This record gives sequence, structure tokens and C-alpha cells, in this order.
Amino acid sequence: MTSAISVSHLDKTYASGFAALKNINLEIRHGEIFALLGPNGAGKTTLIGIICGIVNPTNGRVTVDGHDIIADYRAARSLIGLVPQELSTDMFSSPWTTTSFSRGLFGKPPDPAYLQKVLRDLSLWDKKDAKIATLSGGMKRRLMIAKALSHEPRILFLDEPTAGVDVELRKGMWDMVRGLRDSGATIILTTHYIEEAEQMADRIGVINKGELILVEEKAELIRKLGQKQLTLELREPIAAVPPQLAKHNLTLADGGCKLIYSYDTQREHTGVTDLLDDLRSAGLHFKDLFTTESSLEDIFVGLVRQQQ
Amino acid sequence: MNLYAIGAIYRFEMARTRRTWMQSIVSPVLSTSLYFVVFGAAIGSRMKTIEGVAYGAFIVPGLMMLMLLTQSVSNAAIGIYFPRFSGTIYEVLSAPASAFEIVLGYVGAAASKSIGLGLIILATSALFVPLHIAHPVWMLAFLVLTAVSFSLLGFIIGIWADGIDKLQVVPLLIITPLTFLGGTFYSTNLLPPFWRTVTLFNPLVYLISGFRWSFFELADVNIEISVAVILLFLAVCMAIVWWIFKTGYRLKT
Repeated sequence: MTSAISVSHLDKTYASGFAALKNINLEIRHGEIFALLGPNGAGKTTLIGIICGIVNPTNGRVTVDGHDIIADYRAARSLIGLVPQELSTDMFSSPWTTTSFSRGLFGKPPDPAYLQKVLRDLSLWDKKDAKIATLSGGMKRRLMIAKALSHEPRILFLDEPTAGVDVELRKGMWDMVRGLRDSGATIILTTHYIEEAEQMADRIGVINKGELILVEEKAELIRKLGQKQLTLELREPIAAVPPQLAKHNLTLADGGCKLIYSYDTQREHTGVTDLLDDLRSAGLHFKDLFTTESSLEDIFVGLVRQQQ
Repeated sequence: MNLYAIGAIYRFEMARTRRTWMQSIVSPVLSTSLYFVVFGAAIGSRMKTIEGVAYGAFIVPGLMMLMLLTQSVSNAAIGIYFPRFSGTIYEVLSAPASAFEIVLGYVGAAASKSIGLGLIILATSALFVPLHIAHPVWMLAFLVLTAVSFSLLGFIIGIWADGIDKLQVVPLLIITPLTFLGGTFYSTNLLPPFWRTVTLFNPLVYLISGFRWSFFELADVNIEISVAVILLFLAVCMAIVWWIFKTGYRLKT
């Protein structure tokens, strides 16, 4: 079975000489939500731009459901819907006009019932004839999604879809994206919000300085790279970690009231039992303990720092 | 052929004209009427005929051409510049539409608007002067060819321009002066030999002359040469537009 998107040996060097993408190889599967993470200027938007036909590649090949984006651009592009980062739409037309325009542009015959459904799903139906300039920021953002969905794409690119959107609306958008995935669409998402990727993505790619550092299942990524921390709340504060506990690399926190032990969940022996035994031997007593796991954000920051 | 895309761009552009009908239609018609009052009534009362044609009627093809050229360029330039400026061009570039289809949508709409405007001006002229069109088919052919060619030029300008001020540079500083100097209000045959030779380097002389011939069978230059010049101009503009889409000049990075 062909991938939804296949990118091989893709390079992009701008006229200024800036290498925005370096030998990118990536397979995106049908029906998944793929989150592309990376700091500003990492190459996320350039990669999306090339796949969608807005940016010319320097080298390499991209196929969309097996269709080459250059040789067979009509078939490739008709499968794709793009929600760009910027709120770019004609401010003088209405949601109904602009979504009808988008549908026609992508070669689809008029279908008022479908457009009505899209606008209703995005809570824009009441504003269908309003001038776009009068809509709120959140409504404009949803309108960009409506435009991208207007031609019934099977692959949807969301470039920072919830930038500047309030928490409630963001969660509503996540539900909508999940709904799209459940209906069989493939979603490629770029975001600065790690929480967004953590909540929604099936797989995650991390891009930095034009290079794809890593592509992994989200759960597997957290499992592989995740660190766990055991925090012990002591009954009595201590001034320093006792020498007999030095081998555990403990961190003293909260004015000597907490001892923090970091360990790798993948190791055969986590060392927790040994630590508890040594604590007892050292005469330290704790009143409570709890564990915390690395978030995707911790992993992402770690990966980017490692590359720098 | 993505006919829906062509239709979508065409309808969108025509809708813009409806939104701005004061500038798009009323303003050019008013300007033309003023030309009639100033040149037709004031000067025409002293200069009765040119080569046997009433002066008021003689200037009609030139005035139509003046409006046709400036409006074709402006309409097409704004049509493509605005999406570039606002960022909405991403949608057109990512659509499954060929360069030809995109150009057909934008240039077709710009040309339609100027042709419509030309016909409105023709109808307005009929209110001021008695009109007779000797070769209506040729008149329409010149109208369409000129509108399409100069809309293509406008499309090129709209892509080249990196600021709103540049959109007006070519229509105001090149097209309008060349039209005025190209025999809009006079026959170049009335000029002294030296200046008549100079005007032959003005390509708009051939358009105005050919267009006027279709009305009165009067031409400053050979009609075949007029047709050849307009076709050559069309071919050059098409070649530049082809190059723009091939290289992505100012459209793609």
C-alpha cells in the first residue's frame, strides 16, 4: 500500500543560499495524525509548501498517494487541503463566497449541501454572508479550515492551526481534527504547542535546522526517551545528601525537604528498591512519595538542545 | 482542463468589479464623457472633420482604445497583485490548476471587464455623435485582441510589482502618454513628416489606427501591419507569462 505522502531526499536551498531543508526522507501513513515539531525557522513551513506546490524543491521527490507532485500535480494537489499559518483570505468577501471559490479552484462542482455542513460543523453558518473582515480571529481561523475542507481533501495540512486561538476553541478544533481522522483523512500538523501534539498525534517528527532528527510513534517516543522521576518528601529537612546515598545521584530540592531520583523506565533495574533500602540505612524517613514522567515538551527540548 | 478553477477565478474577479462598480464602470464612463465635452464639443466646433469624418466621431475609436488599454492593464494588474499582497495566492498556487487555467481566469475576467466597458463607452458615444461601424467583426476582433493582450501585460505588471505604487507606473507613465501621442485625438497623417516617422515607433499607433479603420475605413498605417503588431505583442506577453510560471518568478520561492 502506498503512503499518503512519501518524501525522499528532499532538499531546499533558497536563492540567498540558505539551506532550509537537507535530505528529508519521510513517509506519512494513510489515516494518521502526524505532528511535525520544530523551533521557528526549522523548515516545517517550507516542507509543507513544497508538498502543496507553493515552494519549488531544489532536489528530491515527493509523492502524494503515489502521485508525483510535479509530474502528476493535478492528482496530487486535488487530494490535499492546506490551512496556512497566516490568516490569508479576501477580507471583502463572505465565508460562503470564499468557500465556494476554494471548492471550484480545486476542480469540484458546486455542492451547497456539503459547504453548508462544513460551515455548520465549524460554527460559521450564521456568519455565512457576513463580510470576512468583520469576523473574530477565531472565526477567521475556522474559516481557513473550512476553505481547506471545501473540496473534500483526503490529506489535510494544518500549519500552526491553533496559533492565537483561545483554550476552549483550541480544544474544539482538536475534537474536529480527531473527527476528520476518524472519517479516514490523513492529518499533518505543525505546532508550537507540544500539548497539541501530545494530545492528538499518532506519530511525531522533529525537525531542526532543516534536518529531520527523528520520526517516531508518540507513545514509543515518550517510552524510549522518557525519564521518570521519583520525588520523596522527607519528614525532616536535611542540609545535604548523605554520602551513603551519593551513588543514586539524588537532587535535593525545596529547602532540603525533597529528594528527587531520576531513572530510566527502560532499564532492567530502575534502582528504586536499592534507593529505598539505602534511605532506610541512612536513617532518612519520608512522609510521601510520587512519580512524574517526561512530557513531550521535555523530550523535544532535549532533542533540539542535543543537536545544538 | 480544470474548468471549475477557471470559473471560480473568473467569477471571483467579476464579483470584485460588482463590489467596486463606481471605480470600475462609472468612473471611466464619466472620464470618457468629459473627453467628449472637451475635445468633441469645444475643439470639434472649430475642427469640423478629419479626412471626411466628423471630429466628434473620429475620436471615438481612440477614446475607446484609451480606456480599453488602461483598464485592461489596471484590472489584470490589481487582480493578481491583490492575492499576492494579501497572501491568498497560496490557494491558487496549491490548486490543481495549470498556469494556463490560472491566467485564463484572471486575464479572461480583466479582458471581459474592459470589453464590457469599451462597449458601454461606445454606447455612450452614440449619445453624443452619430456613429457608423464599417467592419463590426473587425472592430470586435480588435477590441478582444487588444483587451486580452493588455490584460496579459497587466497580469505581468501585477506579478512584477512589489508595491501598490508600481501598479500605476506603467498605465500612467507609459500607456496613457503613448495613447495620447498615438493618434487618439488626431490623425498622424496631419503631423509633419519627421514627427510622423517618430510616431511609427509608438506601437499604440498601430492599434488605434487599426481600430479606427474598422469604424471608418481610415487608417494611418496599413491594416495588415496593425494586425501583425497586436499579434506580436500578444505573443510576447504570452511568452513572458509562460516564463513567469515556469520559473515561479515572484510567485514561488
